[in-house]
Amino acid sequence: MKKFIVKRLLLGVVILFFVSLIIYSIERSLPTSYVKGKAMAMSQKQGAKPYEELLDDLNAAYGLDKPVLQGYFVWLGDAIHGDFGESWVWTQPVTDKFASVIWYSFALAAVSFILEILIAIPLGIISATKQYSKVDYAVTVFALIGISLPTFFFATILKWVFSINLGWFDLYGIVGRMHETYGSVGKILDMAKHMVLPVVTLTIVSIGSLMRYTRTNMLEVLNADYIRTARAKGLPEKKVIYRHAFRNTLIPIITILGGSLPGLFGGAMITETLFQIPGIGYTSYQCLIQGDIPFTMFYMTFLAVLTLLGNLLADILYAVADPRVRIN
Amino acid sequence: MSDEANKTVTALDDERRVKVLSPGQLVAKRFFRNKLAMAGLIILIAMFVFSFIGGMVSPYRESQVFRKTEAVWKDYAGAAYNDSYQFRVADGMTFPAAAQQKFILAVNKEADSFEADGVTYMLEQRGEEYYVVLAQTPVATVLTLKGKSTFKEVDGATLSDAAKKAFEAAAKAEEDSFEADGTTYLITKSGREQTISCGGEVALASKVAFNAPSAESELTYSFESAALTALADGKTSFTDDGKTYDLNVLESGAAEISENGTLVATISNLIVSPQVSGTFLPLEFKEAVEQAIEEKADSFTVEDASGEVTYQLQNKNQQYVIRVQKETTVNDTYHAPNRAHWLGTDGNGMDMLTRLMYGGRISLMIGFVVIIIEIVLGVIVGGCSGYFGGWVDTILMRVVDVVICIPAMPLYIIIGSIMDYYKVDPRLRIYALCAILGLIGWPGIARMVRGQILSLREQEFMIATEATGVRVSRRIFRHLIPNVIPQLIVIATMGLGDVILMEATLSFLGIGVKFPYASWGNIVNAVNDVYVLTNFWFVWIPAGFLILITVLGFNFVGDGLRDAFDPKMKR
Repeated sequence: MKKFIVKRLLLGVVILFFVSLIIYSIERSLPTSYVKGKAMAMSQKQGAKPYEELLDDLNAAYGLDKPVLQGYFVWLGDAIHGDFGESWVWTQPVTDKFASVIWYSFALAAVSFILEILIAIPLGIISATKQYSKVDYAVTVFALIGISLPTFFFATILKWVFSINLGWFDLYGIVGRMHETYGSVGKILDMAKHMVLPVVTLTIVSIGSLMRYTRTNMLEVLNADYIRTARAKGLPEKKVIYRHAFRNTLIPIITILGGSLPGLFGGAMITETLFQIPGIGYTSYQCLIQGDIPFTMFYMTFLAVLTLLGNLLADILYAVADPRVRIN
Repeated sequence: MSDEANKTVTALDDERRVKVLSPGQLVAKRFFRNKLAMAGLIILIAMFVFSFIGGMVSPYRESQVFRKTEAVWKDYAGAAYNDSYQFRVADGMTFPAAAQQKFILAVNKEADSFEADGVTYMLEQRGEEYYVVLAQTPVATVLTLKGKSTFKEVDGATLSDAAKKAFEAAAKAEEDSFEADGTTYLITKSGREQTISCGGEVALASKVAFNAPSAESELTYSFESAALTALADGKTSFTDDGKTYDLNVLESGAAEISENGTLVATISNLIVSPQVSGTFLPLEFKEAVEQAIEEKADSFTVEDASGEVTYQLQNKNQQYVIRVQKETTVNDTYHAPNRAHWLGTDGNGMDMLTRLMYGGRISLMIGFVVIIIEIVLGVIVGGCSGYFGGWVDTILMRVVDVVICIPAMPLYIIIGSIMDYYKVDPRLRIYALCAILGLIGWPGIARMVRGQILSLREQEFMIATEATGVRVSRRIFRHLIPNVIPQLIVIATMGLGDVILMEATLSFLGIGVKFPYASWGNIVNAVNDVYVLTNFWFVWIPAGFLILITVLGFNFVGDGLRDAFDPKMKR
């Protein structure tokens, strides 16, 4: 087991190296209008150096004057030491900005993750035990609608109904206009209120696949020999389903859920952007469209790390939850 | 023949009794029995008809802009109460701007003369806020010695005898002005010499303005002078140039001047000037404006040659703006659904339904192109990886790992903004979008193909191909890949939905398909304007709904196909 993890981690490092290299090369072809704009602004100050000279200075400072490969190794050297540079858009160290926004994203993702589990797993199990019934069809259609819903469209509908027509929630933002006047509990409630629509959006959009996955695995288990044996023994149906079948269904579910845990930190870019929740997704969206190379480099590497971690975690959990599985 | 066959009683073991279905037919039968899959199929067929045939049937083109004439309130005239002096310069005279400023200073100091540019001007107040400016032009110098005056006339000027007498009388009385022959002369002393200068009228200064009845007619200086004098003196009539005019002072302080009952001019301290050059405002209009301002009305009507015209009056800090409705051609934007445009028009005045049809074409075509790229790449990589195994497999699978790790959404946004920066042609962008989506999306297919082939290659038929010496490429693509086709079809159908969703999301963010090309995503993009979101449901709901049901259709069909291909494993 230990050997397996070490091997996977080393492999992960190699993959990460190539992923970040690819991302860096693409990033370098980004229009560096930011650097030009900054050089222009600096050159207009009194007694400043001419524009070209400042531009060269800035390019040198950000390692943009070097060829892509060399520039990449400079970035990599700094990144290994935990120095991801200073964000151009936010003019503060990337890691500081990251630390200040990540918890919004995490809260959003965690709440909808819990809701997703609470709704999807029971529905999936019901739909599997009553295969081909009306309930099954309803759940299947609901799940597929969830999968097929464009996030932006669903979010827009929610905004239209609940913010514009009913006026229950604000259209944008994480805090209300009167936020500063509330007490500490009020502030939290205010933020929670602003999180309602994003959480609903995220939950509905991502609930479908977990529901389908639960149903599939439950069906698989229900077709297994030991379930037939349990029924043959004359066990009540409830016991068969909730004691024997459900526990076995949990194995793949725990695996997939464990694998998606790191993803909770990844941020929901579209949802956050639409509701202007200042999480990591919205923050990096702004950086992406403004060509903030240090921040986007960090964010994309971070996402790659999360993906690798998720896969690793899923594999480990698979072995942990199901002792029959041997890892080699 | 068939009737005969039906009549014959078939025995239990008769082969014909059991209808033998080919595997393909079995799959089709199972597929058509699935209600959801059928619903999905119907949705998809409807979508294809809507997008591809609808675009041909639609009477409008993709980016045909509809225009409409609309009555728009346009600024017609401006009005303001005048509180500075207006100068009417007498014929043949000049009254330069410097002198005008000096005049105002002099009025404020209540002085009766001032100097500007070496000319001395005299003020003569004839009424409240009504002055006549006289310029002093020297006529003669007088040297008076022992009561005897010697007149020395300035070149070109003559001093009549009557004037000379009048001067002597005035000099005795020590007055500084005298009148003779209807002209006023001024006396200025400079040592022994006295200068007689005649005050020629240079300009009238008053705070009221004259309005002429038509663009051609011009009011003469003497007319204005006489009218103002009459007004100042409170007379009801005056004569000028042999004609008698009636002066009628209105409540508002304005006055009408008429000759034999026809209005020839009005006097008012409200200045109404047209906003559009070349238009002339008739007296009736100006009077109506003044009346409306007095009454604090918002609008007023004026009789015109073409009938009654309604004007709007707006007060902006005592500056009045008069607006009139003008027919203007504008883009027919956000027109509500009607017979001509079943789903209304969008923000550019284009027919919504036609845009949706063309948008469907682009969305579906992008979906198919991307899926084909993904399948080709995925089958080649997965097939090679699964068949050869060993180091080929290791390397290819590491490549797959790397591609899977690249965060897709941020990458699309970066590439989108790069293309934005270089202002890539919208058509080229669509191709680029297909290529990028395809290049990122294939690893899933590659993994699936590899997994299938790993198990397939151990089977007997593969040993047979090896034994008969079939070429490797043939073994992979003729014997292994066809066995993967069912899974490929399923994954492609489901994948199509995902690609369409992704394309719509990117277009919604403004980095996918760009105007002038329509895509369902960029049609919904209009909701970024909250005004559109609030007021025009028909702009964004149909497009979003079409995305939803199209993707849903692909998912239903994909789901149905999976069940049909693999009845044991009911996923």
